[in-house]
Amino acid sequence: MNIVESFRIALRALNANKVRSALTMLGVIIGVAAVILLVSIGTGVQSQITGQIAGLGSNLLYVFPGKLEGRGGPGGGGVGKKLTLDDVKYLQARLGSSNLVIPELAGAGDFRYHNQTMNGQVTASDENVNQAAIGTVQIGRWYGRGEAVGASHVAVLGSGVRDTLFPGQNPVGASIDVNGQPFRIIGVLEKKGGGFGGNQDNIVSIPLSTAQQLFGTSDVSVILVRVADAKQVDAVKAQAQIALRPRFSDQFTVFTQAQTLSFLSTILGTLTAMLAGLASISLLVGGIGIMNIMLVSVSERTREIGIRKAVGARTYDILSQFVIEAMVLSVLGGVLGILVGAGGALALRSVVSTQVTWWAVTLAFFFSAGVGVFFGVYPAYRASRLDPIEALRYE
Amino acid sequence: MTGHHAAQTPVTDGVDQAVSYESEAVLRAVDVVKSYVLDEVVVNALRGVNLEVRRGEMLAIMGPSGSGKSTLMHIVGLLDHPTTGTVSIDDEDVSGMEPNQLAAVRNKRIGFVFQSFNLLARTTAQANVELPLVYAGVSGSERSRRAREALERVGLGDRLGHMPNQLSGGQQQRVAIARALVTEPSIVLADEPTGNLDSRSGVEVMQILQDLNEQGITVVLVTHDARVARHAQRVVHLRDGQIVLNELVEDSIKAAWEVQQLDSVDAIGHDLDSLSVNARPRP
Repeated sequence: MNIVESFRIALRALNANKVRSALTMLGVIIGVAAVILLVSIGTGVQSQITGQIAGLGSNLLYVFPGKLEGRGGPGGGGVGKKLTLDDVKYLQARLGSSNLVIPELAGAGDFRYHNQTMNGQVTASDENVNQAAIGTVQIGRWYGRGEAVGASHVAVLGSGVRDTLFPGQNPVGASIDVNGQPFRIIGVLEKKGGGFGGNQDNIVSIPLSTAQQLFGTSDVSVILVRVADAKQVDAVKAQAQIALRPRFSDQFTVFTQAQTLSFLSTILGTLTAMLAGLASISLLVGGIGIMNIMLVSVSERTREIGIRKAVGARTYDILSQFVIEAMVLSVLGGVLGILVGAGGALALRSVVSTQVTWWAVTLAFFFSAGVGVFFGVYPAYRASRLDPIEALRYE
Repeated sequence: MTGHHAAQTPVTDGVDQAVSYESEAVLRAVDVVKSYVLDEVVVNALRGVNLEVRRGEMLAIMGPSGSGKSTLMHIVGLLDHPTTGTVSIDDEDVSGMEPNQLAAVRNKRIGFVFQSFNLLARTTAQANVELPLVYAGVSGSERSRRAREALERVGLGDRLGHMPNQLSGGQQQRVAIARALVTEPSIVLADEPTGNLDSRSGVEVMQILQDLNEQGITVVLVTHDARVARHAQRVVHLRDGQIVLNELVEDSIKAAWEVQQLDSVDAIGHDLDSLSVNARPRP
């Protein structure tokens, strides 16, 4: 009996048992699709965020108050002495005019336009805000020096705020309430995209002096230093540390962009690993599903093997039939799973950034296919070695 | 239980001499012993059985349950292997054969009919009958033609596309018979072929087996039912794994005649029904 005939027998057997075939395939589909989808979300988010950070330029330094201890993260050292505008001026003087020192203040904000309100973040800076990596103005402009110093009530909206409060409109010139005070809108930022839940676009940027009044503080959250020469980042970092030590002792932290990036990468890598873990659980569940349906059908199939052997099937005939059956189901299920997973990843693009990775596709496919083939073939292998009468008697 | 029509011959040791013809044996079992361990107890299912089946005869192996008659059929049908002893088919010793060689012998020379039919579920009658031909390497169109012929031969020419669950027990057994004879085997082995059937279907199946035998096919019938056994020309009685009696049936029951009887009983019943209708007093 040739291979074509083996295929015909296998396909006929699959066709005769449509429900069983479909259920087996479903196990493969679920396993493969889940892995591809979850891993694509993990990698997508990771590469998007690291891409954003890297896009800000490698010549940025961040100065945080408090000592960064171990894995506490920036500012994790507890409440110490805060940074102020005086520190900004001091640092600017010490680092030279070629390196730009920019203050930033962030706080919670609720934004209101007519009857509509939303929550987000107020991010404030001075006239050098365009260098501060908050975003790029798409419509309108940033606030200038006069507005920054004069505590003007002007605001630049993140695209998320614009989309929520001014859907489909150009809000420049309109007035928005930020934490209860009216601001004139002078610009809108470009969309930054997802991040952790799209928060990066739900911001309103206002001049630092205005924000300090609004929040009733004279502090700044972070000081950014844009180093003129990217090669000098480490040198400037050392300079800044020396400059700040007399004022803060060791209760401050200077971070380079590279450090931030690797720090975030670690967090996001953990996230991806977590998603991959979840996915491998669904892969396992899918595998168990395949195993179940195969084992449940063993008694029926053992009798079938007995019948086939009684009428003259050789061991090879039985094995080739079952191997082909299992491979057809696994490959078909795997391909469908890839389509569903990749399709799902594509469909999710509007919500969260996704990136289909080949290692996930390959891993999921071969794992599911392997489980399918093993549990499809192993019982058949055992049955094919029985005396026909044993197989016929199998209950 | 032996009936009035049977001539009894005592069993001598060795091959049953009464019907031994030179090289006319289609099947020969010599000193077949089968023992197996069940729950740590050794069961001797067969204790040295010698059996010879002549070409063209219809033989019944009869015995109560536990006598080893099914085990004997499975061994001479090469579905099971004996603990000791040899089995020859068409004068060829198959005892030392590899499983795949045995499969080829089963495929070409033996046809099986089981009590529980053993058809492939969710597979048409036609495809079930084609199955042995598939493993024999017969081409698709030839398979289809021969399967159709075999099904027509058992009176199921109009049921080719039916699934087993769409057929009655008798029809399923007839599909199984068609499957058994489609390869034109040397011998058809039937294990309690009427065991799961009502009496009419049973008689019809027996008629088909007798017809096939008249057309020259060797038939071995395994049964516990003396009446079923008397459809054969010879009955071998098995008890506790040994042949105790080998009897020739002088006037075996003709299943065709039984079918006629059933038909006439039905007809009378039908006449009675119509009579009672006609006899009803009119208002």
